[in-house]
Amino acid sequence: MKKVELTVGYIPLLDSAPLLMAQEMGFAAQEGLDLSFEKAPSWSSLRDMLAFGRVDAAHMLAPVPVALSLGLGGALPPLHAAMTTSVNGNVIGVSISLAEKMRSNGATLDFRDATSIGHAMMTSKGARLRIGVPFPFSMHAELLYYWLSALGYAAPQGLEIRTVPPPLMANAVASGEIDAFCVGEPWGSIAVERGYGELILPTSAIWNFAPEKILAMRKDWIADRSELAQRLIRAVWRAGRWLSDPDSHTTATEILSRKDVLNVSREVIDRTLSGQLIVNQRGEERHVPNFIEFHKGAATFPWKSQAAWIARRMATRLGFEPSGAMSTARDVFRTDLYRKALAETTAALPGASEKVEGAIDQPEPAASAKGSLILERDRFFDGAVFDPYAEGCS
Amino acid sequence: MPPEASPLSIVLVEPDKNRALQIIDSLKAAGNYDIRVITESTGLARAVASFNPDVVLVDLANPSRDIIEELSIASTPLERPVAMFVDQSDDAMTKAAIEAGVSAYVVDGLRADRVKPILDAAITRFHMFSRVRKELETTKRALEERKVIDRAKGLLMKARGIDEDAAYSLLRKTAMDQNKRVVDVASALVTAAGLLG
Repeated sequence: MKKVELTVGYIPLLDSAPLLMAQEMGFAAQEGLDLSFEKAPSWSSLRDMLAFGRVDAAHMLAPVPVALSLGLGGALPPLHAAMTTSVNGNVIGVSISLAEKMRSNGATLDFRDATSIGHAMMTSKGARLRIGVPFPFSMHAELLYYWLSALGYAAPQGLEIRTVPPPLMANAVASGEIDAFCVGEPWGSIAVERGYGELILPTSAIWNFAPEKILAMRKDWIADRSELAQRLIRAVWRAGRWLSDPDSHTTATEILSRKDVLNVSREVIDRTLSGQLIVNQRGEERHVPNFIEFHKGAATFPWKSQAAWIARRMATRLGFEPSGAMSTARDVFRTDLYRKALAETTAALPGASEKVEGAIDQPEPAASAKGSLILERDRFFDGAVFDPYAEGCS
Repeated sequence: MPPEASPLSIVLVEPDKNRALQIIDSLKAAGNYDIRVITESTGLARAVASFNPDVVLVDLANPSRDIIEELSIASTPLERPVAMFVDQSDDAMTKAAIEAGVSAYVVDGLRADRVKPILDAAITRFHMFSRVRKELETTKRALEERKVIDRAKGLLMKARGIDEDAAYSLLRKTAMDQNKRVVDVASALVTAAGLLG
């Protein structure tokens, strides 16, 4: 059978692995697909390439399609999230001088306690803290705003979150343009390796189970080519399941490190997949359970409550009416398409399409037609919960 | 004088000074514009905002583009919101711009006919850049292939005691037999020789 060719856009980050491995490990071929990849120079370019049909699907920051549904980022055709492709995976780092100051102020940099580390960072800076993030519409930005405002530091008075593309982050720290940064791998490890930063917290310490990247497609493309979209979802879902198996890590590392795939060192890939990070130039190591998740705990299910959370945060900050923003955003995360795509597989699909976010302490069983679904701990560091209905989501 | 008649202000974000000069020339030929160039990515968002331009032009391949995106959520009085030029009017032009590798941010409410000459000029210039770049790449590749073939010829001449023409004929015949390019056979030979020491 002749395979259908699809072009997929991506940014060379570790969390693009499910898309890349879908092709490399033959999961795409199994669905009769032949994927070719187009590397994008920036998130805005990738979004535009997808919106204008240069690529059929793309690896995308979860908040981008939500932002677009609120009219942020240009008057582009609507983009939808067919599935989540990764959960967590970002780290927060500070300049060497700020890390030293935090330490001399008596901070314990245990890479765990978001409350004490957050206060230590803010008080050690003294003045307004400037943090670089890769893109204005990103979980990096949302989680930083969430974390620091919950601790009582308000933007823009106490802090400023600025866009700095990761390749330019080193310069921005060196020139004193920013004091801290939040990035995905390999950029956190690169900061440590090049000696301009020290990692102080994984973003999973702020929200234990935060959606990070999604598989984005144009809304009209999904309508016209629903069957193809479903085949791609299945291929990427299988790739995520394969990646989450520790037995796959050697092979995954071998393939992803190749020059023509991610061109990232084997060590960094291996450390990311196993959640074993080196956080400073003295080589101190920290283990982070669930540092990045591609499968477990329905990680790829595009929960509408998560779209609503993102919309609620953005709306409040940028002056939109929150309940309208939340209901618009819920339509962007396509649980319907995801369910259809995976109905005939062994995937344990959640019974509901929304949940109260932040309410699970220990892995617990959830209602599923196939019965074997365990949801992972998903607490926010401050113990808050987000109930989309109680928030006035219509 | 209606405000429409004042020259549009353009900020061009381009780290390569040479390219920037060429783009300015093209824009100047297209109309009367107030053009400023920013070459540094440090402090880019503030620099763009402080000029308060009507149009921002930036290479689609420039990672700094994401910094400019920040201006779409800026709301301080000095910073006017900018949006990717895709709205209402001209989908085809936006597509052409993306194909050429130009991204343009245009202040809300600016008429399409005032923007068109700017984009047309930028698109033409960017197409020329990419043609020159392709030509350079082709030349570079040809040079590299030449080097590999020369090394392979040298190896064959030494190993078989044949002259240069005979060595090349042998490479070409092998390539034809195996349905490969001469340079692929040559490169396999050079690699193998390297392994055998």
